[in-house]
Amino acid sequence: MVEWSFLIIEFLIKALIILTLILLIAAAFGVYLERKISAFIQNRIGPNRVGPFGILQPFADVIKLFLKEDITPYAADKFFHRIAPVISLGVAFSVYAVIPFADPFKYGDKLIYFSITTPDVNIGILFILALTSVGVYGITFAGWSSNNKYSLLGGLRSSAQMISYELSMGLSIVGVLLVAQTLSLQEIVQKQALWNWNIFYQPLGFIVFLVSAFAETNRAPFDLPEAEPELVGGYNTEYSGMKFGMFFLAEYANMFTSSLIIVLLFFGGWNLPIPPEWIGLEPGSFWLSLIQFCILIFKTLLMVFFFIWVRWSVPRFRYDQLMYLGWKVLLPLALINLIVTSIVIYILK
Amino acid sequence: MNRIENTEHQRLTFWEKLYLPEIAKGLGITLRQMFKPKFTRQYPEERWEPTGSYRGRPVLVLDEDGERCVACGLCSRVCPALAIEVQAAETEREKERYPEKFEINMLRCIFCGFCEEVCPEEAIVMSKDYELVFTNREDGILGKDKLLVPIHKLQDRLEFLREYK
Ligand code: SF4
Ligand code: SF4
Repeated sequence: MVEWSFLIIEFLIKALIILTLILLIAAAFGVYLERKISAFIQNRIGPNRVGPFGILQPFADVIKLFLKEDITPYAADKFFHRIAPVISLGVAFSVYAVIPFADPFKYGDKLIYFSITTPDVNIGILFILALTSVGVYGITFAGWSSNNKYSLLGGLRSSAQMISYELSMGLSIVGVLLVAQTLSLQEIVQKQALWNWNIFYQPLGFIVFLVSAFAETNRAPFDLPEAEPELVGGYNTEYSGMKFGMFFLAEYANMFTSSLIIVLLFFGGWNLPIPPEWIGLEPGSFWLSLIQFCILIFKTLLMVFFFIWVRWSVPRFRYDQLMYLGWKVLLPLALINLIVTSIVIYILK
Repeated sequence: MNRIENTEHQRLTFWEKLYLPEIAKGLGITLRQMFKPKFTRQYPEERWEPTGSYRGRPVLVLDEDGERCVACGLCSRVCPALAIEVQAAETEREKERYPEKFEINMLRCIFCGFCEEVCPEEAIVMSKDYELVFTNREDGILGKDKLLVPIHKLQDRLEFLREYK
């Protein structure tokens, strides 16, 4: 009984800390970064009024969104209209349940894991793939229930796009899984210790995964679901107030998740670039875990920077180009990558 | 045969079809832009001082011997937006006439500058004033108290008019 209550409290505390951190870093800081970087690329300064260097701008935005009137169109399907943003944001955040952020550390004689669910989930990456596919529902429902042709087109586009790119995304991950011989994110990262990063073993898989990740998160150059010039606002045209804000946050949370998974799978996750003993940190100590966590977040933010950088450099794809790229280029590439990897691993064994 | 010529497929070279090198080039350009000097002006702190050619809020000129306007009503007549209302009255001064009431409705004014062009006395000119905020419709109608501006503040515009009008 005592054991159980300890587990639950540990779980709650970790969930609270990690979700708050993610919300702050991923959503708030992500929005801030996006605005600043886009400003710099366009020779502007960007937000600099709210707080030092405008760092509180995202909070001002959210407060503004909360105070806005929440409009539901008369012809909308009220239930689905209401539930769509919840699905989007809920899915975006529930992914963090299984993502480990560092090696476990010892507290007394207990091993504490640096992830929300206590024992490392051994099918972590599968769970994440499954959940991110559910995110499509949020967008599709939003598009359909608004009863607006632009929203509907946006929703349709996004479901077609996500379904097409999920295939190549999944296949490119299989390459990594073959190299690592495990589905657990914890072990995949531990196998990449020091500079044994998967990107060196799976460069093709990395490119396929990266492009698919851009498409999955609806980011430019694949932001067709919300293509402003053609679709007004895309699937979220009929949303206002915090409902719109939830889609907005979900988009940034998804971008952060994708960056995090790219770092975990391909860029060595939280591994230090030098053996931890060199700076006097024992494996299993709290400080090591903390440093690993910081390294992971740092790498992820670099990746987020890359996402934003690409968005403000590359124009949007046309719809047929998007489908051509997904089915005729990325899918065969992912398959070739998979076959070559399997053969090489079979020979090396 | 009905064939489409000059498609993207035929136009692009192999490396361009790969997209990635071209995207990398584009990324390089935007990265360079990030470190270039910025063009932003920090508005409320850093104000822009327009030159004489700027057409801001139309104002009435007030020179050493009082207002110049003789209330001929030409500006009111020419104003395409019907923004000006003038009511003439007589005075003892040399010019004999002066506007008893002179109002410009800034909700209507389109800053065309016709009033200034048509005025025989150079009494109404466009100023450099571009901060025209008011919070209700009554405040948008400017009376003589707000319109009369001492001549030394309008030198730039008057010089500009003498040279180019
Ligand atoms: S401002 Fe000029 S044009 Fe207008 S009434 Fe006075 S003198 Fe006539
Ligand atoms: S600037 Fe044009 S619109 Fe404005 S008061 Fe003069 S004539 Fe009328």
